[in-house]
Amino acid sequence: MANTNLIALERDARISAAAERLSMTRREFLQFCAALAATLGLPQGADAAVAEAVATKQRPSVIWLHFQECTGCTESMLRAEHPTLEKLILDVISLDYHETLFAAAGHQVEAARKSAMEQHKGKYILVVEGAIPTRDGGIYCKIGGQTAIELLKECAADAAAVIAIGSCASWGGMPSTDPNPTGASSVAKVLGKPVVTIPGCPPNPYNFLSTVVHFLTFGKLPEVDHLGRPKFAYSRLIHENCERRAHFDAGRFAMEFGDPGHRQGYCLYKLGCKGPETYANCSVILFGDAGAGTWPVACGHPCIGCTEEGVGFAKPIHALAKLKNIEPSAFLPRIVEEQGVGASLGAAALLAAVAGAAAGAGAMLTRNLGLSHQAEELEKAKQDQANQSTEV
Amino acid sequence: MASRRDFLRGCLAGGAVAATVVPTPAVARDTLQRPPEALGLLYDATLCVGCQACVAACKQANDNPAEFNALDKLWDTPLDTSGDTFNIIKMYRHGTMTTKDTEENGFAFMKTSCMHCADPSCVSACPVTAMFKDPVTGVVGYDPDACIGCRYCVAACPFGIPKYQYDSPTGQIGKCELCRERYADGHYSACAEVCPTGATLFGRTSDLLVEAKRRLNLQPGKWTMMPRGRLPAPDETAEQAALWKAPRDQHYEAQVGNYVRHVYGETEYGGTQVLKLSAVPFVKVGMPDLPPRSSAATSETIQHSLYGGLLMPLAVLGALTFVARRNVVADDDGERNDQGGQ
Repeated sequence: MANTNLIALERDARISAAAERLSMTRREFLQFCAALAATLGLPQGADAAVAEAVATKQRPSVIWLHFQECTGCTESMLRAEHPTLEKLILDVISLDYHETLFAAAGHQVEAARKSAMEQHKGKYILVVEGAIPTRDGGIYCKIGGQTAIELLKECAADAAAVIAIGSCASWGGMPSTDPNPTGASSVAKVLGKPVVTIPGCPPNPYNFLSTVVHFLTFGKLPEVDHLGRPKFAYSRLIHENCERRAHFDAGRFAMEFGDPGHRQGYCLYKLGCKGPETYANCSVILFGDAGAGTWPVACGHPCIGCTEEGVGFAKPIHALAKLKNIEPSAFLPRIVEEQGVGASLGAAALLAAVAGAAAGAGAMLTRNLGLSHQAEELEKAKQDQANQSTEV
Repeated sequence: MASRRDFLRGCLAGGAVAATVVPTPAVARDTLQRPPEALGLLYDATLCVGCQACVAACKQANDNPAEFNALDKLWDTPLDTSGDTFNIIKMYRHGTMTTKDTEENGFAFMKTSCMHCADPSCVSACPVTAMFKDPVTGVVGYDPDACIGCRYCVAACPFGIPKYQYDSPTGQIGKCELCRERYADGHYSACAEVCPTGATLFGRTSDLLVEAKRRLNLQPGKWTMMPRGRLPAPDETAEQAALWKAPRDQHYEAQVGNYVRHVYGETEYGGTQVLKLSAVPFVKVGMPDLPPRSSAATSETIQHSLYGGLLMPLAVLGALTFVARRNVVADDDGERNDQGGQ
């Protein structure tokens, strides 16, 4: 890893250039890189490595496919505020194919994709947004005459990494809701191999960006869980870091929308909040990067569990969540609290032996008190003197 | 002055007079049953998530101070029920504690609070009327003004519920009274009112027993509607429902637990008004194995037979009289006087 000292980069010309390119001040740029490193949970010094990588490394080519989706993931990315992420999307990465953001259309844009794939063969990042319809040969979603399945397989073949963004691409999302008429499926299922997933509807742009920057900085994707979700973002339940958690623990629940408890910011669990069964970092970095106090739970709406397969778009919003983190608490008393018992025979015997030895030693010491060697000598000397004087 | 002989004669005469009172034949006391409108709780350990909201709500409802057993005196951490803690969630721990509601290498929660027995031992043991059972609701209440502080109830309860405030010079007994003072304000038991999962459910014990049996008859793992807060009576009118402030229908879909095939409290000591369901054997989660006949019935049968019509005191008096008579030395008062005169 390169530089680990952010201060040393303060006067680096490359940093200034990168900051200028991103229309940020140099300080803003460094702060942004530090924030990314912190989101990733990287150790101290990594912020400098991230800054250096963003400033100097060749921007990775990104091909962004859209299938069955609402473009919400892209929209959320574009509306990120601190700093203007759309500049980063276009400048940190080299976006070579994106149906929403491309000015070009038709054959022109398909040609751009083909050339990018050829040029960056084995090096580009494939980002997939939206579920893939699989029923009836996948005819329910076609782009440029190709079905979503064909397009995905073609683009994934030479990609360095595949990232599924949004719940649709990650596990099917809303299009896969029962009865799922188009057979909407996830990227991992269609490709038949695990991919990195950034679930959420939409996911926090920071989670996506941090994953890409991790790839850029370290040349590999971040550590993921069994569902392909980066652990830095999806290893904790929303419930665990929720700002309303204290109300849950104290048993203060909003019972109805608009009731006194709801107005006082009580826990939304009884209104159907899925925080206790949803793994995401919304409660930490807030949802959608929309600013403080604006994520759903802060607004007073229960979490719908959009990141979680089987919860989001599957469970009714008012349905009670199943607590996933019921773990033995250290505070709960045992059925029968362990209590001290009387001394065993061995322990009592040992103690008696020690006490006896101490008592014996004490007795001996007392007996010898005043009979020190010096005292004896003095006594002897006195007697000798007395003897001498009588002799004289 | 009465001589010893006079005294003995008097004793015999007194015994004879007392013996003429015919002792009423002692009848064995049956175990009392729950009143028809008995109120209670249903605690389903498989629904409990150990959040301790009920412990916090109980403290608040009864205006009880926190108890500290951790080094940092930050959280209320009672280890058992006490004079200031009427309700507590305890935890069964075994081995690696990986799976909830499993006996081996698992853990489970258990609510510890008053069971509101049909035939309460504490009421039976109370020498005054400090412990009493409401004839309508069946709630076992406590009257501190009548209490003499003997703590017989503490020793009598098989569940270890009534506890004395030992650290107070004017200590009282502390125990769950099912929030009976809150009913007038439209609030039922705070623990049930606050429980997020319906693990503690308030209602008429007869309705709760039907609900508990319904859960036992379902396939474990199956999804079913679980009521929360209060279980309304099947024939409840809108007026009756309006008496309670908490929302009426709070049911939600949850999975049926892998229950031990027994509703604890259905028959124990003639039945309790608080019923319990658990996936771990009840003995292991601190619920003692109790016969259908209450200890109150047994002890009262013994006591009332012995003391009915002063039967035992008379028998003892008779025996004492017999022993005393046998040991009377046949000598003459006059003779002794003569001897004394010499």
